Amino acid sequence: MLRFIATRFGMVIPTFLGVTLVSFSLIRLVPGDPIELWVGERGIDPERHAELLRQFGFDRPLWEQYLGFLGDLLQGDLGKSIVTQQPVLSEFLTLFPATIELSLTAMMFALLVGLPAGIIAGVRRGSMFDHTVMTVSLAGYSMPIFWWGLLLIILFSGTLGWTPVSGRISVLFYFEPVTGFMLVDSLLSGQPGAFKSAFRHLILPAIVLGTIPLAVIARQTRSAMLEVLGEDYIRTAHAKGLPPLRIIGLHALRNALIPVVTIIGLQVGLLLAGAILTETIFAWPGIGNWLVNSISRRDYPSVQGGVLLVACVVITVNLLVDLAYGLINPRIRRAGGS
Amino acid sequence: MKHRILMAAVSIGATVAFSAAGSAKTLVYCSEGSPEGFNPSLYTSGTTFDASSRHLFNKLVEFERGSTKIAPGLAESWQASKDGLLHTFRLRRGVKFHTTKNFTPSRNFNADDVLYSFQRQHDPNHPYHKVSGGTYEYYQGMSMPSLIKDIVKIDDYTVQFVLNQQEAPFIANLAMDFASILSAEYADQMLAAGTPEKVDLEPVGTGPFQLVQYQKDAVIRYKAHPDYWAGKAPIDDLIFAITKDASVRYQKLKAGECHVMPYPNPADIAAMQDDPDINMLQQEGLNVGYLAFNVERKPFDDKRVRQALNMAINKQAIIDAVFQGAGKAAKNPIPPTIWSYNDATKDYPYDPQAAKALLTEAGAAGLKTNIWAMPVQRPYNPNARRMAEVIQADWAKIGVEAEIVSFEWGEYLKRSKNGEHDTVLLGWTGDNGDPDNFLYVLLGCDAAKDGTNRARWCHKPFNDKLIQAKQTSNVAERTRLYEEAQLIFKEEAPWVTIAHSVVFVPVRKDVVDYRIDPFGGHAFYGVDLK
Repeated sequence: MLRFIATRFGMVIPTFLGVTLVSFSLIRLVPGDPIELWVGERGIDPERHAELLRQFGFDRPLWEQYLGFLGDLLQGDLGKSIVTQQPVLSEFLTLFPATIELSLTAMMFALLVGLPAGIIAGVRRGSMFDHTVMTVSLAGYSMPIFWWGLLLIILFSGTLGWTPVSGRISVLFYFEPVTGFMLVDSLLSGQPGAFKSAFRHLILPAIVLGTIPLAVIARQTRSAMLEVLGEDYIRTAHAKGLPPLRIIGLHALRNALIPVVTIIGLQVGLLLAGAILTETIFAWPGIGNWLVNSISRRDYPSVQGGVLLVACVVITVNLLVDLAYGLINPRIRRAGGS
Repeated sequence: MKHRILMAAVSIGATVAFSAAGSAKTLVYCSEGSPEGFNPSLYTSGTTFDASSRHLFNKLVEFERGSTKIAPGLAESWQASKDGLLHTFRLRRGVKFHTTKNFTPSRNFNADDVLYSFQRQHDPNHPYHKVSGGTYEYYQGMSMPSLIKDIVKIDDYTVQFVLNQQEAPFIANLAMDFASILSAEYADQMLAAGTPEKVDLEPVGTGPFQLVQYQKDAVIRYKAHPDYWAGKAPIDDLIFAITKDASVRYQKLKAGECHVMPYPNPADIAAMQDDPDINMLQQEGLNVGYLAFNVERKPFDDKRVRQALNMAINKQAIIDAVFQGAGKAAKNPIPPTIWSYNDATKDYPYDPQAAKALLTEAGAAGLKTNIWAMPVQRPYNPNARRMAEVIQADWAKIGVEAEIVSFEWGEYLKRSKNGEHDTVLLGWTGDNGDPDNFLYVLLGCDAAKDGTNRARWCHKPFNDKLIQAKQTSNVAERTRLYEEAQLIFKEEAPWVTIAHSVVFVPVRKDVVDYRIDPFGGHAFYGVDLK
């Protein structure tokens, strides 16, 4: 097992280095000069332009800038945003809890609905329920997030008035953030109605962000269940007269969950990607929203630092999933260590 | 942990009942983005100015609410010397700075604050010059470093600006956001504490509101400055709920989650006008959208070609198709809301036959060219691609074949500044309500050299008028010069002046006395709630 863990960790280092290179170079490949964008139609004289490039260090050769970025990174310094002049790490840490809160809720929604739907669809293959789950999940997977989000806002917030339109909590509640997680902070604030307001604000964004993972999980669970239900040991269990619920719950589900766990791990990356659009629609102050703005302003330090930190989160989650997968399935553990 | 609630209000159903919010009056503005910071001298975006200078600070002189007229601000009066090189300001007494958790002012506003606010931007050796990045792009862009020779404190309530040359728009420049006055005493304290950047993050000004809390990308909270020199604001609390998407802002406005929203989608305007809960305010914007001919390239060096191409464009079709009615055809390079606008100017009529004949006469029949279309939406041009298509179709009718070209926005600005285009769509929104801010900045010979003049048109008789107008403070004389300059411009036709857009601001019916800012800002001092 130790060898397996060491191998997995060994793969993280080159991945991390690759991410630093990609995050550094991708934003620089996008055409557009951050200073020209900044001053807009007003323009800037060439001397002042050169002076600002020098001030931000953008006049140095790219390899030198990259090595400088790596050097600062080793000291835990991701640089300062050229727009706000605030440290990138502190901006990220301020906004990240909002993204985690939204992503976790979305994932919880996806699991709570997607897993049972997938299991039932697998067990009742060919039934009306199965067809419905497959059709709805295909629709959910294909739906553009932006359109889906606006549709829900117009229906539930605009027309029916059931949920708030956007934000994390009604602006009339005022308290200093403690954890950055609005559900927790609203409870800690002790203000009547604050938690309810925060929860209501979370409903639509979580549904929108959770729709695609839900569809993927439901479909994956269904196909994994179908595969397992056709195995000999399930037939044997039936022949032995075990109760169907026991067969599905204990024998089938446990084995079917192995590929599903991997899929869930992969959804973390998808969730963070989806968060970019969801946060923009719902004015959700998370890192997705922040990264989009940083890209449009060519705020190189924020983009490279932000992408790197997001990649670190995805790498870490996938590493944990890999390890969990190894724990669940000894064959993987042995193959990974050999 | 310190908890505080601004008012005893909670949400009712899906909407929030602002008017039932206890005794405090709270106005919620669904703003379109996050400020870059809270020191307006460091930034250039209107979003940052809305969040900072327009509420937290004052300038020596101010624009009257909803107008481009200059009014006294922190200076009660001012006087220029005969040669126009000395401008002396008498400062207002008894003006109090905000008291915050970090700072309790021990004195009222005085000349030291003016010196600090300007010297920080002007003097590269000032201890604050490099704090928070030290990029004073508006100060630089308005040529203040070369214009201001010295700033002198005559006494605690008198300040004198010494200029290197006469510059009539100087006073208007001082009403701009970058000229906001910050507290020198606060700056000294923060410098001594080793935290100078706090001056820009936790601002202290003399403005009608003071900052209570900023949650990045989410919300900005202000409360009315109780000792504001011009009288406390009618509302007690002001909240900016940051909402980037225009459709979502509209839904929030409809749901009563905010009172005022900026920049509605053109497609939503008709529905907003029909909504019984919404008042749709509108005003002509202080802007112009234009198509500039690169006169350094043949055949655009021939004014007959430029005139012919002017005549070939159906502006009304553009107003209908691109502005969806929310615009007005432009005949001058300055908007009608600016003084010295020459209403006597005759625009080129839409006449494809005459255009074709003139083009043939100029030897440019069958011309092949390009139209550069901006990749972004701007107040003066909501859809440049569509506009370029309409122009392309109009020109095709007279045998001109035009290819539409576009680049990423930063690249577009850079390349058009370098003169790589034949014709380019662009525009301008005024900074200070002075005609010089359009004419000299966009069409002067200096601007042709640095590329801001996208036509690269340097016409001496026109430029001389602008220089003369800069050198006199006599408004009647300046008006005459600018009116004459506009006639020269029309005859020479370096641009097709396309449109001045109409600015729409939807507000809920309970909002009282909101006025549209001609500069495109959003300010809430003087606004009340029923």
